[in-house]
Amino acid sequence: MTETPRISAGQIGRSIPRVEARAKVTGTAEYIHNLRLPGMLWAKICRSTVPHGRIRHIDTSAAAAITGVQRIVTAADIRNVIAEPYYGPAFHDQPILAEEKVRHVGEPVAAVLAADPRIAEQAAQAIIVDYEPLPAVYDEVEALTSSVFVHDQLKPAGTFADLKHLAGRRDTNIALDFHLRRGDVEKAFAAAEQVFEHTFRTQQTMHTPLEPHVAVADVRDGAAVIHSSTQNPSFVRIEIARLLGWPENRVRVKTAFLGGGFGAKVYVKVEALAVALSMLAGRPVKIALTMEEQFFTISRHASTFRIKSAVDKEGRITARHCEVFYNGGAYADIGPRVAQKSGFTAAGPYDIPNVAIDSFEIYTNRPPAGAFRGFGMPQLVWAYECHADLIARGLGIDAVEFRRKNLLREGMPHATGTIMRDAATAAVLDRLAQRIGWGQPFNRGNGTLRRGRGIAFGLKAAISPTTSVATVAIAADGSCTVYCGTVDMGQGSTTAMAQIAAETLELDAEAVRVVAPDTDVTPYDMGTLGSRSTFHMGHAVRLAAEEAKAKLAALAAETGVPPGTNLPLAELFRRKYGMQAGTVVGSGSYLPSYVSPDHATGMTPNATPFWMVGGSAAEIEIDTETGQVRVLRLVTVADAGTPVNPRIVETQLTGAAIQHLGMTLFENMEFTDGQLRNPNFAEYKIPGIRDLPEQLTGEIVDAVQQSGPYGAKGVGETGTFAVAPAIANAIHDAVGVRLMELPITPEAVYRALRTAAGDPLGDT
Amino acid sequence: MSAAPRTIRFTLNGSAVEATFPPHLSLIELLREQFDLFGARESCGQGLCGCCTVLVDGNAVSSCLYLAAFADGAEILTVEHLARDGRLDPVQQAFIEAGAFQCGFCTPGFVLMTKQLLDDHPDPTDDQIGHYLSGNLCRCGTYPEIIAAVLDASHCLTVSL
Repeated sequence: MTETPRISAGQIGRSIPRVEARAKVTGTAEYIHNLRLPGMLWAKICRSTVPHGRIRHIDTSAAAAITGVQRIVTAADIRNVIAEPYYGPAFHDQPILAEEKVRHVGEPVAAVLAADPRIAEQAAQAIIVDYEPLPAVYDEVEALTSSVFVHDQLKPAGTFADLKHLAGRRDTNIALDFHLRRGDVEKAFAAAEQVFEHTFRTQQTMHTPLEPHVAVADVRDGAAVIHSSTQNPSFVRIEIARLLGWPENRVRVKTAFLGGGFGAKVYVKVEALAVALSMLAGRPVKIALTMEEQFFTISRHASTFRIKSAVDKEGRITARHCEVFYNGGAYADIGPRVAQKSGFTAAGPYDIPNVAIDSFEIYTNRPPAGAFRGFGMPQLVWAYECHADLIARGLGIDAVEFRRKNLLREGMPHATGTIMRDAATAAVLDRLAQRIGWGQPFNRGNGTLRRGRGIAFGLKAAISPTTSVATVAIAADGSCTVYCGTVDMGQGSTTAMAQIAAETLELDAEAVRVVAPDTDVTPYDMGTLGSRSTFHMGHAVRLAAEEAKAKLAALAAETGVPPGTNLPLAELFRRKYGMQAGTVVGSGSYLPSYVSPDHATGMTPNATPFWMVGGSAAEIEIDTETGQVRVLRLVTVADAGTPVNPRIVETQLTGAAIQHLGMTLFENMEFTDGQLRNPNFAEYKIPGIRDLPEQLTGEIVDAVQQSGPYGAKGVGETGTFAVAPAIANAIHDAVGVRLMELPITPEAVYRALRTAAGDPLGDT
Repeated sequence: MSAAPRTIRFTLNGSAVEATFPPHLSLIELLREQFDLFGARESCGQGLCGCCTVLVDGNAVSSCLYLAAFADGAEILTVEHLARDGRLDPVQQAFIEAGAFQCGFCTPGFVLMTKQLLDDHPDPTDDQIGHYLSGNLCRCGTYPEIIAAVLDASHCLTVSL
């Protein structure tokens, strides 16, 4: 039998508005933020005031005396309902409430329950905790050799096979070390025409989703129901079931729309505490963090990246050594994955025969760091693309020409040995150069206002191996419902999944309903993270829809309808059941092929199901008297495969670029002795409408992900990769100074200008 | 928290209402707890993000910082009041057409602020748009589409005048 070529149903590539658009503009869209249950108590958290300390005593007497306080809970109480109250996706290192020790400022130490959140808050502030302060360590490089240890011993979760060897390791702050060795790096450095070596740093930043973390837990009659603003309901279900020693089917996790996530809401955050409190109180309990509390919950890793490259006479990179140190804070969260899964791409989008990568996840006494849009990539691209620019300058080669000369192209082996497929590196670089007018004359400013241009791009490997499962149901009237655990946090997944199901079933996407994740209803999904959903869940939805379609064809045959007959689906059900009755259900499960990297060399023939390529080009203007940087143009270009909804993809790119502009120019969690000084929007500024570049565009290059659902691939993170290095490169172009550290504040620029002029500014 | 409760009367989305509450209650708490209005949302809690925007006598305020007691005798309008008889307000329609939101959490605040902007300046300049909307934050970074929506709505309103 020959396969009939598929005729497009026209649903892929349609820029329809988000299916929930009306609910969002009228304010009726559902968020867990709004949820109240009958009899519900509110929990407020008493948090550590020291970065590292032993808890001597917790005095709850004043708090307990406040009228309306239902209960005050400490770690000892938690142990009455959860025998081993430690959680985490990579390490079981994080206590639900601190036991014996605290390891960062803002760590939860006690919780207060009351029917009125204001009373709970007042009481939480009335708890007096006596700490014996311990020496602390904050810097990721210092923590490598420090005699201060954040944890007595490492407790890998067992979820990941490659962490098992770390079990029980003592006297170290290294939560994970990942190594990659390709070729003979030392020999290549010895034979190099020139060697370039730099150290770049990035700062700790916070996602600040505008809907702060929130969970409502209702545990009763041997079943736990958790309503959470989580990005991965299936993981929360599994982890809560593990903590309780219950089967998964007694734990139900429901989400709604999320008011932003950006990685902040992956894995367990406030859910474990909410469950324990509900068990202790015998009532539903809501924990809704404040914006301030989010800063103590999760963040993007600060980092130090030492990068060294050998270059030959022709300007080809012959070897590169990358040492990456990710500051993971006090609890590992998913940081070890960041260190490995992004770490292996640290050599960048270049064809380099000899590569050594050493990537480390390091414990310190700062608030924890985990996943944040880009998953470690913005830190890497910042370093390797500034480094690329410095090499090109050192060699006297045009920065784009240098990149083209060394480009990792289709069919070439990546540093891991994996052959590159469907990674439009050349197309992205070319489009960036074209859009910014690279090589063409432009107004370079004069006097104290100087202009420059910069370009940068990066390559990310989608995290693997991960699974998505979906079901598609066709009701007796022919209407279609998609059940999938992908969480819509603004990226438009509900719309994308409706379009994919509609394409397969030849329906209009607007007529497809996608239900919100609910682990009692929607099948397993690894999580809405790492730009994986369009690819993985897209495949699962496609497969489920195909199965449903095949069952409908069988139903047609069974009811005597000739193939190709244009009969409404409802008529099939009527013929079969004699009335409007029945359901056709298709299911789909998707797990891409993958080969784990070799533990010693990091090599693998199959590192990832798909590559993400993204870059930015910037034109900036600097006021040399103030150090102020004005971004005149910012172009962000991505390989998105065949976009399911081009307009939503473009807003993902510009949105990510704007978000990353904050990290580039001003966002910075500032600490003094481990105390976070600016956990609020008054002092931690995020981009507003006045911070936009004068011209901002997001563009998609023509590309197809052959292995993707209808040619699509993920794109949620792609726009974050290269904004910072593009701007730093543009600054160098404008005024000849190099910023080695983020954020690029006016002060940092002005200091660099004064230093370059031989008149460095003193510290005040 | 033992001060005597206050009772006030005000107009909420066109209806005369009365409420009794402790004096420290903020307007957003009153709207959520006693009137089940969830379009205004508390996010930063400092009056800096605009998610909690409501209109008090036609002026946009941060309801997280606005004491409920101040609403006595006032006319309060929330996002829930904009769509009438199933028909969206032109500003809401423009936000949909321009794709001016992602997660949607900040959207009611932006919609109301845009409403006030266009009431004050039906054909706003770039600077007026920036001035009115600089107190609203969108972490998804949907500002370019929001600006497009403002211009669309302005065009729609000025043409229909």
